Amino acid sequence: MLLLAFDTATPAVTAAVCTAPDAGAPDSVAVAASTASVDARRHGELLAPGIADVVERAGAALSDLTHIAVGIGPGPYTGLRVGLTTGLSLADALGIECVGVATLDALAFASGRTGPFIAATDARRKEVFWARYADARTRVGDIAVDRPAELDTGGLPVIGHGAALYGEVLGADEESAAPLHPTAAALGELAARRLLAGEELPAPRPMYLRRPDAVEPGAPKKVRQWKA
Amino acid sequence: MSRTDLPLIMGIETSCDETGVGLVRGCELLGEDVASSVAEHARFGGVVPEVASRAHLEAMVPTVRRALDAAGVKASDVDAIAVTAGPGLAGALLVGVSAAKAYAMALGVPLYGVNHLVGHVAVDQLEHGPLPKPAVALLVSGGHTSLLLVNDLATDVRSLGDTVDDAAGEAYDKVARLLDLPYPGGPPIDRAAREGDPKAIRFPRGKWGDGTFDFSFSGLKTAVARWVENAGRAGEAIPVADIAAGFQESVVDVLTRKAVDACREHGVEHLVISGGVAANSRLRALAEERCAAAGITLRVPRPKLCTDNGAMIAALGAEVVAAGLPPSRLDLATDTSLPVSVPLAP
Ligand SMILES: Nc1ncnc2c1ncn2[C@@H]1O[C@H](COP(=O)(O)OP(=O)(O)OP(=O)(O)O)[C@@H](O)[C@H]1O
Ligand SMILES: [Mg+2]
Repeated sequence: MLLLAFDTATPAVTAAVCTAPDAGAPDSVAVAASTASVDARRHGELLAPGIADVVERAGAALSDLTHIAVGIGPGPYTGLRVGLTTGLSLADALGIECVGVATLDALAFASGRTGPFIAATDARRKEVFWARYADARTRVGDIAVDRPAELDTGGLPVIGHGAALYGEVLGADEESAAPLHPTAAALGELAARRLLAGEELPAPRPMYLRRPDAVEPGAPKKVRQWKA
Repeated sequence: MSRTDLPLIMGIETSCDETGVGLVRGCELLGEDVASSVAEHARFGGVVPEVASRAHLEAMVPTVRRALDAAGVKASDVDAIAVTAGPGLAGALLVGVSAAKAYAMALGVPLYGVNHLVGHVAVDQLEHGPLPKPAVALLVSGGHTSLLLVNDLATDVRSLGDTVDDAAGEAYDKVARLLDLPYPGGPPIDRAAREGDPKAIRFPRGKWGDGTFDFSFSGLKTAVARWVENAGRAGEAIPVADIAAGFQESVVDVLTRKAVDACREHGVEHLVISGGVAANSRLRALAEERCAAAGITLRVPRPKLCTDNGAMIAALGAEVVAAGLPPSRLDLATDTSLPVSVPLAP
């Protein structure tokens, strides 16, 4: 297995290549190369060079890949779509499978935590995307979008950029909230382990969690009348 | 006349609400496909960017597949990828550019980020063969109204004038709303105008005879709005056909007059009209009349090629490749306001 992973659903643009012997055990997954840069406005520019870089450093060519795993969010939509479009297009051109991984699951996995916690990322508009975890590998329940003050943390530690941004409300600081962003290394390892374990992974489709903002127009605006 | 010695270019377009993919060799269109989200925007009376971007993501790969099938080629036959780098909606452009980079990387072929507006002109080559040099182009679409001096599609396109406010297509869409006609407004106004008298109401002609090649349509739109409002207040029925005809006459009169003037002033004998509004029947008729009188050869691509599509981007890509220009880099950025004078993004 030679799996390319990436995620663009947070300010981090991150890519990695993971390897495992074919039909190997889930524990045989290794990360061959990874990269990450944090720049919320340049996902479209950074992702493709990042992919080229990790594939080269893994000593491979794109045509050697057997799988692609991509973060499906939730996350700011414009960045999120960069990763998904890239994943779907690469998989189509290479004739290989593309699977999805929830971005929060990759963040949770990157934490390596063994006890319960909450992972939260920035959803903009003063809200966070969040989910509860029993440990780094096990999400409990669905992913939601809420205002930080509406989160019932139940005293659990909250990790991720969402926690750091709203540290006062969520009882976190930059340090306790680490890791702030998901890594493609974690996303790829999680996906590869699940694939090798024969588990079903989500389809590579975006988790938006919100409808597009749009208002239907009212009556045409009145034009100013000129007095003769 | 298939020239298999020429490179096979796949063009990808996502600047607004159409996901388009086209396959072109030189001036030959092998096949294309367009998926449109226009129906999803209709009730909002205009394109909603987030709705358009979501639709592009859904449609991207299926549209590539259908275009390849239509052209009877395989992805591995493609020699280069051209994609709209701008101008357009940021989130929409980003979907096409991301897809183009992925296909270029996976297929091991060069990537060219090209200008959507120049693509609207280049597409004419797919219908009428190589564009004579120099030519004047009148680009009339939902977002743009420009007169261009085209010395070379790949390397030398100059802007002679632009709209200072609304684009011609935008004026059609806004006036359609005033007249309770559906969105997009061009086709229903075109149809309504055929039943009306273009001389019944004389609407103002923006920037008429001002010596520039610029346009203005917002005063015209306001004049129509005032007319409709006054008729409404007086309890009169709105003469939709006459208003549509009068409005349309004002738009196409200024467009064709300035286009012909631009040809004369620059000693150019060939005029191309393209963009969505070039589908307009009255614009085509009046342009033909005035060009014939001025000894100018008129080229207007068929309506399907005038609106946004991937073939136009592939057509410009073919020109850029033929000119031997360097490919774009993998960190190619989208540019929502890429100037028309830059056919190939760096
Ligand atoms: N028969 C017609 N008469 C007049 N206008 C028309 C006609 N058919 C379409 N249009 C107009 O063309 C416009 C759409 O054209 P096009 O798809 O080229 O524009 P766009 O892609 O939205 O804008 P741009 O290319 O500037 O980004 C709409 O405003 C529509 O009303
Ligand atoms: Mg257009």
